[in-house]
Amino acid sequence: MSSLILDTCTRAAFHTMWVFSLFMLFSGHNAPGGGFVGGLIAGAALVLRYAGHGTDHVRRVLPVAPELLLGTGIVFAAGTGATAWLAGGQFLQSGIAKLHLAVLGEVKLPSVLVFDVGVYLVVVGLVLALLETLGRQDPQ
Amino acid sequence: MSVLVPLPVAVSLLGAAVSLALHGRVRLQRALGLAVCIVATGTAVALLTIVQREGVVATQAGGWPAPFGITLVVDGFAAIMVTISTLMLLGCLVYAFGQLDAERERLYFHPVYLVLQAGVCLSFLTGDLFNLFVAFEVMLIASYVLLVLGGSQEQVGSGMTYVVINLLASTLFVSGVGLVYAATGSVNMADLVGRLAELPPNLRGGLGLLFLVVFGVKAALFPLFFWLPDSYPAAPTAVAAVFAGLLTKVGVYAVMRTQTLLFPGDGGPSTLILGVAGATMFVGVLGAIAQSDIKRILSFHIISQIGYMIMGLGLYTLAGLAAGIFYIVHHIVVKTALFLVAGLVERAEGTDALGRLGGFARRAPLVGALFMLPALSLAGLPPLSGFVAKLALVREGLALDRVVIVGVGLLVSLFTLFSMTKVWQRVFWGMGPSPEAVPPGARHGQATAPIAGGSRVRPPATMLGATAALVALSLVIAATAGPLYTITERAAADMLDTTDYLRAVLGG
Amino acid sequence: MTLVLPAVVGVLFASGTYLLLQRTLTRIVIGVSLLSHGANVLLLLSGLGAGEPPIVEGHTTPVRAYTDPLPQALVLTAIVISFGMTAFLLSMAYRSWRLTHSDEVRNDLEDRYLHARGGGPA
Repeated sequence: MSSLILDTCTRAAFHTMWVFSLFMLFSGHNAPGGGFVGGLIAGAALVLRYAGHGTDHVRRVLPVAPELLLGTGIVFAAGTGATAWLAGGQFLQSGIAKLHLAVLGEVKLPSVLVFDVGVYLVVVGLVLALLETLGRQDPQ
Repeated sequence: MSVLVPLPVAVSLLGAAVSLALHGRVRLQRALGLAVCIVATGTAVALLTIVQREGVVATQAGGWPAPFGITLVVDGFAAIMVTISTLMLLGCLVYAFGQLDAERERLYFHPVYLVLQAGVCLSFLTGDLFNLFVAFEVMLIASYVLLVLGGSQEQVGSGMTYVVINLLASTLFVSGVGLVYAATGSVNMADLVGRLAELPPNLRGGLGLLFLVVFGVKAALFPLFFWLPDSYPAAPTAVAAVFAGLLTKVGVYAVMRTQTLLFPGDGGPSTLILGVAGATMFVGVLGAIAQSDIKRILSFHIISQIGYMIMGLGLYTLAGLAAGIFYIVHHIVVKTALFLVAGLVERAEGTDALGRLGGFARRAPLVGALFMLPALSLAGLPPLSGFVAKLALVREGLALDRVVIVGVGLLVSLFTLFSMTKVWQRVFWGMGPSPEAVPPGARHGQATAPIAGGSRVRPPATMLGATAALVALSLVIAATAGPLYTITERAAADMLDTTDYLRAVLGG
Repeated sequence: MTLVLPAVVGVLFASGTYLLLQRTLTRIVIGVSLLSHGANVLLLLSGLGAGEPPIVEGHTTPVRAYTDPLPQALVLTAIVISFGMTAFLLSMAYRSWRLTHSDEVRNDLEDRYLHARGGGPA
C-alpha cells in the first residue's frame, strides 16, 4: 500500500508546500495569491500525506478537528467585516496598518489579511473534513 | 439607520461559525441558534419600521461607492420578506428541537440552518445581481445539506434531482449575469435600471426571459416545477416546512424583483406572465388532487399557490403587486404551519399516507384544529388570511378585465378546498386505521412506535407550541389585514416607482 | 476578441448538456461540472475589452495596461462555488452508490406508481 517513491517525495515536498502556502497567504494583498490558493496548497500537502498513508495518518499530522478549523475560519472572516462595522465604518470595509519591524522594515498589514487567514483556515478545514468523511476505506 | 442592514446576514454567518466550532455540544448549539434567530428577527422588525418611516435604506458593504461595491438595500418588499422569513425560521427551529432525532441534530444541522438563514436574508437584501447569485448559492448549498441530512436512500435519491436541477438553474444564472455584464458593463441592480433601458428591446427581452426561466426553476413555475414534489417530502419535517414556506418564495421574490426593477416591460399587465400563473395554479392543484400522501399533497399545493403570487406580478398594477406581496406573506405562514401539522401526524402515526390514517381528530383534537385553520385559509375561506389575499387579487383582476385568470383562480380555490377536505376526511375523521394497516416501522427511520388506535396523542411541547404559534400568526395576519395591506401597498408603490430605490443606492 | 473562447463555451455547454441527459450519476456529475466550466468561461468573456476598465478613473495611468478586473473577481467566486458543488455532488453520488450499489438514477416515483398499475414499461 505505501510506496517508497511517494513517501520520499512527500517527505521532501511536505514542508516546502506549507511554507509556500503561507507565502501565498501573505503575498495575496497586492500580488497573485491569497487565502484560497494558500489553503488549497496546504490542502494538497495533506492530500499527499493521505495518498501515502490514509486518513488516520493525516489526523496525526494535523491533530485538529475539522469543525474547529472551519468554525474559526468563518469567525475570522465574518469577524473582520463585523469589526469594521463596530468601529463605525461600513460592513467589510478594510483598513491598513503600517508597522515598522526590526528586520523586515516597513510592513503593510491590511485588515483583509485577517479575512484571508479566515479563508485559509476554512479551506484547510474543508480538505480535512473531506479526507475524514470521504477518504476512509469502506468498512465492508 | 443603514448600519442595521447587513446585520441579519452577519449575525447568522457568525452564529453558524461559532455553532460549527461547538460541534458535538447540542445544548449550546441550540441556545446559540435560538439567540441568533431572535436577534435576526428583531433586526428584521426594526428594519421594517425604519423603512416605513424613512423609505428605502441602502448601505455599501466594503465602503466602495455604489456601482462598484457590494450594495445592500432594503425597500418595503425586502423588509417584509426578511421579517416574515426570520419569523418562520425561528418557529421551525423551535419545532426542530422536538422533531429531529439526536443523530441528525448532532450532525451539522444547527450551523447549516444558520447558513440557510444568512443566504435567505442576503437574497432579499442584496442590490447586486451577482451578489444575488452568491446569496442563492449560499442558501441552496445549505438546503442541499439539510435535505440529505442523515443520508437515507430516499433522501439521496430525491435529493439528487433537487441538486442537479438547481445547479442547472444556477449555471444559467451565472451565464445570464455574464451576458448582462457584457451588454451593459454593470451588475449593480440600480445602475442596471438605466443601462438596460438603453439596450435594443430584443436583447432586453431575451435577457428578461432568461432570468424569468432561471428564477422560474427556483420558484417552481409552470412548466419548471416538476422537481419540487419529489424532493420536499423526503426531508425531515422541520426542514421540509422551511423549504415549503421559504425557498420557493425566495425564487418568487427574485422573479418579482427582476421583472419590476430590471425588465419592467411596457408597464401594463403581461399576458405571458398571467398565462404562466394560470397554468402553474391549475396544474399544481390537479397534481395535488391525484396524490395520496399529506406531504406530497401539500407540495403540489405550493406550486398552485405560487401561481397566485405570480398573478399579482402579471397584473402589474399597484393593487395587483400589493395583493401578490400580501399573498406571499399569507402563504409562507400558512404553508409552513400545514407542513408542521403534517409532521405532527407523521410522528404520531409513523406515516403520512392517507390510506393508513384516520380518526386523528378524536385522538388529538388540538392538532385537528391546528390543521383545520390553515387548511381553510389556504383554500381562501373567509374570514381567514387566504380569503383577504385572494379577494384582493380577484378584485384587481376584474378591474383590469382579466376574466380568464380570475376564473382559473376561483376554480383552483375550489379544487384546493376539495383537496383539503379530502385530507381532513381521511386523516382526522373516520375510525382510524385497522391494526394490520399500520406499518411496522416509521418512515425515514424516525422510530416512533405505532400507537394503538384509541389512545390520546401528545406531541412534544416545542413542536406543538411552534405549530400553534404559526397558526396564531396566520390569524393575526387575517385580523390585521387592513394595516398590513397598507404596508404591502407601500412596498408595491416602491416597486413600480423606482426613483426612491435609485436615489437610496446611487445617491444624488 | 477571438472566436476560440466562444467556441469553447459552446462545446462545453453542448457536451455538458449531453452528459446531463444520461442515466448514470457519474456522467451527470461530470456534465454538471462541464456546464459550470462553460458558464465560467462565458463570464470571463463578458469583460469589457482591454483599455476600458470600469474602475480606473482620470486616465492618469495608461489604462490600456489594465484589463477589466470585475469578471475575474466574479469568475473566481463562481469557480469556488462550483468547486464546492462538484464536491458535494460527488459525495452524494458516492453515498448513493454505497446504499444501492448502482450508479443509475432511479425511476421517478410517479413512473413507478404508473408501472405498478400496469401502465406500460417503466
